[in-house]
Amino acid sequence: MKFPLILLTILQLHSITQPGNENLIEKACTSTPNYALCISTVAADPQSAAAANMEEIGLILVEAVKGKAEEALSTIKEMKPTSPEYRAALEDCRDAYETVMMADVPEAVTALTRGVPKFAEFGMKDTAWEAEICDRRIGMVAEKGTLRDVNKCVQELATVACGIIRSLL
Amino acid sequence: MGDSFCFRKRNASIVVSLASFFLVSLIPFTIGRPISRGTAQGVSEKVFRLGDLNFPWTNAVLSWERTSFHFQPSKNWMNDPNGPLYYNGWYHLFYQYNTEAAVWGTITWGHAISRDLIHWFHLPYAMVPDHSYDINGVWTGSATLLPDGRIVMLYTGSTNDGRQVQCLALPANLSDPLLLRWVKHPANPVLTPPPGIGYTDFRDPSTAWLAPGGDKWRIVIGSKVKKTGVVLVYETADFVNYELLDGYLHEVPGTGMWECIDFYPVRLDSGYGSDTSANGPGFKHVLKASLDDDKHDYYALGTYDAESNRWTPDDPGLDVGIGLRYDYGEYYASKTFYDQKKKRRILWGWIRETDAERVDAIKGWASVQSIPRTVVIDRKTRANLLQWPVEEVESLRGESFEFNDVMLEPGSIVPLHIDSASQLDIEASFEIDEDDAAATGVDSGYNCTSSGGAASRGLLGPFGIVVLAYKHLSELTPIYFYIAKKPNGNLEYHFCADESRSSKALDVSSPVYGSSTPVLKGEKLTIRSLVDHSIVESFAQGGRRVITSRVYPTQAIDYPSKILLFNNATSARVKATVKMWKMKSAGIRDFFSLDQAL
Repeated sequence: MKFPLILLTILQLHSITQPGNENLIEKACTSTPNYALCISTVAADPQSAAAANMEEIGLILVEAVKGKAEEALSTIKEMKPTSPEYRAALEDCRDAYETVMMADVPEAVTALTRGVPKFAEFGMKDTAWEAEICDRRIGMVAEKGTLRDVNKCVQELATVACGIIRSLL
Repeated sequence: MGDSFCFRKRNASIVVSLASFFLVSLIPFTIGRPISRGTAQGVSEKVFRLGDLNFPWTNAVLSWERTSFHFQPSKNWMNDPNGPLYYNGWYHLFYQYNTEAAVWGTITWGHAISRDLIHWFHLPYAMVPDHSYDINGVWTGSATLLPDGRIVMLYTGSTNDGRQVQCLALPANLSDPLLLRWVKHPANPVLTPPPGIGYTDFRDPSTAWLAPGGDKWRIVIGSKVKKTGVVLVYETADFVNYELLDGYLHEVPGTGMWECIDFYPVRLDSGYGSDTSANGPGFKHVLKASLDDDKHDYYALGTYDAESNRWTPDDPGLDVGIGLRYDYGEYYASKTFYDQKKKRRILWGWIRETDAERVDAIKGWASVQSIPRTVVIDRKTRANLLQWPVEEVESLRGESFEFNDVMLEPGSIVPLHIDSASQLDIEASFEIDEDDAAATGVDSGYNCTSSGGAASRGLLGPFGIVVLAYKHLSELTPIYFYIAKKPNGNLEYHFCADESRSSKALDVSSPVYGSSTPVLKGEKLTIRSLVDHSIVESFAQGGRRVITSRVYPTQAIDYPSKILLFNNATSARVKATVKMWKMKSAGIRDFFSLDQAL
């Protein structure tokens, strides 16, 4: 249902990428467990046209993870806890995403730019874990909701980032 | 094509708050389903969770996690051990350190000294990132002690333009036994990536050894060519100018980037270590690599032909990267040095945290070093090394407790009465009843990591010790053997460490680690285990297999923590003997107190 829409978007955006760059993006995204998400994430980043190597594709994904983590933090800020358990869960989620912003994402960016992808893998694996922990905590007090969707998106994006990073090891 | 949460539109917020209100008002607590950690952690389901009740970390529980006799700085992040050496009365340890945070970042060389490898004193940083060639990190390196008493330190610099280069540093003052200050050589970088090698695939220079002829030195640096791990060899007379030798010391396809190469001789007929330059008929050479791909340290025994500069494994089926590991738990970036004082080869290894980064940020620290281990060839098998905690760790032993010939019927658990089980040195031996073993049938086979741990019962196992256990066994860490009888009647032995129920907390890893281990005829099954708060280092069969575990219990801490013997085999009785000692703290602290300005 959603796939044709994505494909269309991809095709549209591909027309503005660097010649030869499509192969790089294709190679990057086939090494991940979620090709469609990878392609659409890269295509949505204006930097992707200039990406010249796999490290830069990795950095695009890490930047997307960072954007989603920021979205998680602002979602958490807007939520109104209706019980002590709910408040505690939101605090844990806030801690989790603050760690992603303050530790995991900077670690991944530093590692990718300095050629030790191992530490970028640690950073993105932890990001997926922090999102999962938040989701387990908030799942005890809220079955559905924006934050739960954002949590799962962070996990998916971080996993895609890991796929690209692992191809650099 | 799969749907993705990243493509979904945001729910209308009014729907969210209505749904949340409804759910919250109905069910304050739910019994949690076991949930996969998924690809992020890759461990098996936790089936023992009583509920998804949140465990909030308290200061008491987190501060308990700090080790008492393992090396760690007072705060922040540490990784690889660097440049270990013995010089002028002191053992030196340098290490990768982030001065800013409890996560990896821009790295500085930390420095500590000890008389006995156990009681450490922190010194000021040895090297900081302050030149264009190491401004992005003073990375891993090794020391070479020259016959004339000089010391050369080679290390990798992460440059201002993101390349990896090798650099030389010398002690500012060789008559300073503390080796406080180091001077970076004006010729730095002394090595840049050669043609055909990626400029970010060139790091971790080794200790040097004498080339044939005795007038030049050789060092090794790991790398990769596509997915083949390779070892580059350089020759030098002055450690400033180098010649890249033809070909690789060795290579193994499919193993990826080789980090932290270590290359050293072991004597076939002796329990002593050897100087790194030793070679000859009575020697084998160990080649070791840290594999970037799977974050494990692999080694192999082989023969080094210095003339052709090639190393050949004794068993190509157990080559570097596809065969034996130093340690089947959490252990990486290890490095040895020759201790000329006691004629030992000593091994250091970096032990990461396996809890979520959020907890490390609260704790304010991350990582410890293993207890240094002696390394010798296993003279009984000649096919593997033996690692053993340095004997100096025994100086921390205090009150001892002995339990002899404890009979463990199938399905039994025996508490060993000792208060406070956070700091222990445990030596345990086990004998399975021979008649029981002979009478049982064939086992379908065993693998520690996929077994489900100590709770999965078999005919002839699991049995062993349980450390850091809480009453009612709501938290426990079994370290055990499992024996599987093969169709030909032979017994296959496995040694495992089970973290699946070590902690009730959500944000810690919970794998089962381990491996099969050779057990020779007539040998009892032995475990030595050093328990030091959140780290447990366990040695089977005198160090033939080793497993390092990080555990983060929430209740099995301090006085309530317990130690037990157990036998979960269904068909065999086991006799156990245990001797254990409470361990004192090593009191690691700063060498210079605050009122002693440098």
